[in-house]
This record gives sequence, structure tokens and C-alpha cells, in this order.
Amino acid sequence: MTTTAAPPPKAMRLVDHFELGLDAPICLTWELTYACNLSCVHCLSSSGRRDPRELSTEECKAVIDELERMQVFYVNIGGGEPTVRGDFWELLDYATAHHVGVKFSTNGIKITPEVAARLAGNDYVDVQISLDGATAEVNDFVRGPRSYETALRALQNLSDAGMRNFKISVVCTRQNIPQLDDFKEIADRYGAQLRLTRLRPSGRGADVWDELHPTPEQQRELYDWLVAHGEDVLTGDSFFHLSAYGQALPGLNLCGAGRVVCLIDPIGDVYACPFAIHEEFLAGNVRGEGGFRTVWRDSPLFAKLRSPQSGGACSSCQFFDTCKGGCMAAKFFTGLPLDGPDPECVQGYGEQLLAERADTLGLPKHSGDHSHRTSPPRERSGTGPVRLTLSRREDLQAPPVSACAEDPLAGFTADFAEGFATKESGADRRHQGGIRSETA
Amino acid sequence: MSPIDPESAWTLHPQVSVRPEPFGALLYHFGTRKLSFLKDRTLLAVVEGLSDAATARDACEAAGVADEHLPTYLRALGTLAESRMLMERAA
Amino acid sequence: MSRSEQLVEPHGDVEDVIETDSLVEEVSIDGMCGVY
Repeated sequence: MTTTAAPPPKAMRLVDHFELGLDAPICLTWELTYACNLSCVHCLSSSGRRDPRELSTEECKAVIDELERMQVFYVNIGGGEPTVRGDFWELLDYATAHHVGVKFSTNGIKITPEVAARLAGNDYVDVQISLDGATAEVNDFVRGPRSYETALRALQNLSDAGMRNFKISVVCTRQNIPQLDDFKEIADRYGAQLRLTRLRPSGRGADVWDELHPTPEQQRELYDWLVAHGEDVLTGDSFFHLSAYGQALPGLNLCGAGRVVCLIDPIGDVYACPFAIHEEFLAGNVRGEGGFRTVWRDSPLFAKLRSPQSGGACSSCQFFDTCKGGCMAAKFFTGLPLDGPDPECVQGYGEQLLAERADTLGLPKHSGDHSHRTSPPRERSGTGPVRLTLSRREDLQAPPVSACAEDPLAGFTADFAEGFATKESGADRRHQGGIRSETA
Repeated sequence: MSPIDPESAWTLHPQVSVRPEPFGALLYHFGTRKLSFLKDRTLLAVVEGLSDAATARDACEAAGVADEHLPTYLRALGTLAESRMLMERAA
Repeated sequence: MSRSEQLVEPHGDVEDVIETDSLVEEVSIDGMCGVY
């Protein structure tokens, strides 16, 4: 046999290799629409209203074709609420028929028994139901009235349809960390897999981060709980910054942004990560010449992220090799330097730096805001009645008087009569009857 | 986890997608949702040659694996077999 | 020395350094940060 001898095997740390990037992402997040039936207070994409520039069905299929060619294995389709797109099911089927595994993240609004049955029949689809409280009280505070009920109904329908391994995904907050065991119980009850993820100061999350992010004690509690539950509970690798406490949690334990993952947003913009929707992390747009592949391979931003990163201020810390300086997006949106500690650094270095920060007025803002203009959003019923609340104005002593009233006694009240002896003119007095200057 | 029997015959599981990389390869199993990283191009060559080779040992030799490194590769194949990336077939 | 340089240097007897299954590393597809 004259085969050339292979070089001796040598293994290197994957983490070090991936930090230098790949020719294609391994998986990615694709936000299909900014439209959403909910208005969660911490929404990382500030979703609510559809953007008029969203990718068409054909453009979406072209993206899927590219993902297939690049052998992207798995896509998390989210939003907004992806199922409100009319072509959602068509795109889902197109993706799975083209060798792209799909997970979609939903609040459960469209997961009827019929839909659940269809999903149970497709081996290449994973479903993830968002739930941020083990009770309606805790959940609905963040996600809105009846959202808990909607989620649990979806879980029931999926379970009844024989769906396996669907996920319940939780954003961990100060309010729900006391409920970790209860979340596990809910997951077990429906035969689902529990997934706990990190709250980041992204999108509307920036507005509630101070109030809702876990305390240092809760972070420790969360870490211990995750270690105890091992591979039973997923995390999307969102807690790699906690590996500084001790043993690393399951996962790659590294920031994948621009290296192994990225975001495609509803209008085709490509960002390093869904938690970093800001011009600073915008790599390009899939509508450009060369599509998604060219953005992934040639974007100067991604080239920068794939070059060896110095730890900066963190490199002298003995834990830097495990925590890798934490989450880029968390640092960016809390105004911390990217080459320094994570705001939730387990050693407390981030908290210290935040306290020293002069003011919070100059914080970077999420690019674009698709939030609903009113909260909660109006019913999407097309030509239904407009909801009004009718009530009495307590500050009025008499019915409102039109500015066009001709009757000289319009607006006459007893008080008015007493003031008659003053020098105030009738015209001035007339408005004391109370003319509504704004509609309710 | 044990190394596979060098005289056994194997093939890639039909639900596995192989993506060659400069450092080796990525293997994704669409059924189990598991990802395996092959950290060595020679191992990739071995894996790709398995279905055509009479035995695992033959696949290793065809890829140029020296005798003294054979145990390392058989252990790696064992890991892949355990996670169902590979399926045993009739010899 | 940059971290990438550190990795390339072979050291000692490769056979001793290589652990049982170090040529293969496995992770769940959920194990990548940046996918919510």
C-alpha cells in the first residue's frame, strides 16, 4: 500500500478555533417579522409593529436557499411573533424540505390543536414556547394579560398532539428566579424541555434591566441550580459568564456573535447577534449583491470579531479564560467598554464599573423601535369597534359648553353667579363649565 | 464509551450532515440535534471512507493513519458510534 | 505569544497528550450563544 502517511493527530481547543470564525454559521437567529400580538416589557427586538420593508416570501426563500448551500444546520425563527406572518407555515415547510433544521420561538398564539398535529408530524421542526413566570402573576407582569394562559394552552396542545422535545424558554429575572423548580415542574408536566436564558439590556430590555436583572445572590442560585440539573435543562449557552463560579455549564462557552452565529432581521439586516441590534454590530444586508453569504464572509465587522481578541482589562483576571469577558451586548448597552468586565461579572468588577459610570444619559440605543404605540396593543380585528371607556369627569360641575354656544346663560352655575360681581368677563367665565380640550 | 472493533463495518447515519472545515469537520445529526466537531482532517477522511471500506481498520489505513495512531482513531469512532453519528453495517 | 501561536507548537510526545476522545467534541445544537 502506498498511501501517504497522515500527520500525527493533534487536538486543539475548539473554543480557540471558533473565535477565528467559520466559512458559514453553524446556526443563526432569523427574526421573520417585527409584528407581534404582545408587547413584552423586555423585548430584545423592540417588536410590535410590522416594518414595511420586511423581506417578501420570495426573498425569504432565497435566504433559505443560501442557508442550504452554506450548510447552516439550524435556524431559530423568531421575531416579533413569527406565526403572525401569513407565509409562516409555507416558509417553515420550505426550510425543512431544504435541509435546514428549524426551531421557532413563539408566544403560542397560533398553536391550535390542528397546528400542533402538523408540527408533531415534522421531525425537523422544534418549537419553543416563551414563558417568563411559573404563575400568571409573574409571567403576565412582563408579557401582558392572558399571555400565560396562551402559553399553557399551546403547551397542552403540543403535548396532546404527541409532540416531543418542545421547549419552554424562560428569560431569567429577579422576579422568576425564585420559581426555577416550578418551571421544571411545568416542563415535566407537559413533557417539554426547560430552557433558561439570560436577560440582556437589549431592545426594550434596556428600560427594565435595572429593575429586572438578577441580583448577584440570585445569579449564584441560578448557577448552582443549573449545575445540579446538568444537561436536562438547556441554556442556549447564555450563561457562559457564570463559568467563572466553577465548572463550566454545558455548551461551547463562548460568544458566538459573528463567529458561529448571527442574526438576520426582518428587513434583511445582518447583525452579529440578536442582542446587539445596533449600527455598531451591523454587518450588511441580505438584499445586497452577493446575499447573505457575502455578508458573512466579507463583512469588515465580522473580520474584526474573528481576529484574536485581547482580554483588555480582563486579561489579568484568573477567570478570563473561562468567562471570556462575558457578553458583548450586555456591556455595550450598559455603556461599559467592550474590553472590560461584563455588567454581571461574577467577581463584581462589572457592578463596580457601573457604579463609577458618570451618568446613564449617553447609553447606546437599540436601532429602530417597532414597539406598539399603545400598550397593550389593539385587537387586530380589522374593522371591529374601537374600544372606548366612557366615564364622568369628576372635575366638572356642569355639562361642557360648546365654544359656539349662543345662549348668554350657557355655563351658568351658582358659583358663576357669585363671581358675577367681579370684573371677570362672561367670556372668560364660560369655560368654567368645563369644555373638554382633549378626547379620551 | 469504548473504541469500535477494528474489524467491524460502519457507515454514516443517513440523518447526519457533514461539513468539512479547515480544522476537520462539523457533523450535525438532524434527528438527535447533536453537533460533533472532528478536530482532525484525517479523522474526516476516515469517516467519509467508512461506507466503502470493508472494516474500520481498512478505512483508517486508506486515510493514511499510522499503526501507532490507530487506537486514537478507533476511540474517536467509538464516540461517534455512541452518539449515533455512525451506524454499524454488515461487513 | 498570541493565543493562536501557542496552539501550533507541538510539545513532547503527542501520544501522551491526546486524551481518549479528544479528536471529537460534542455539543447540543442549543449550545451556541447568540441564538435565543
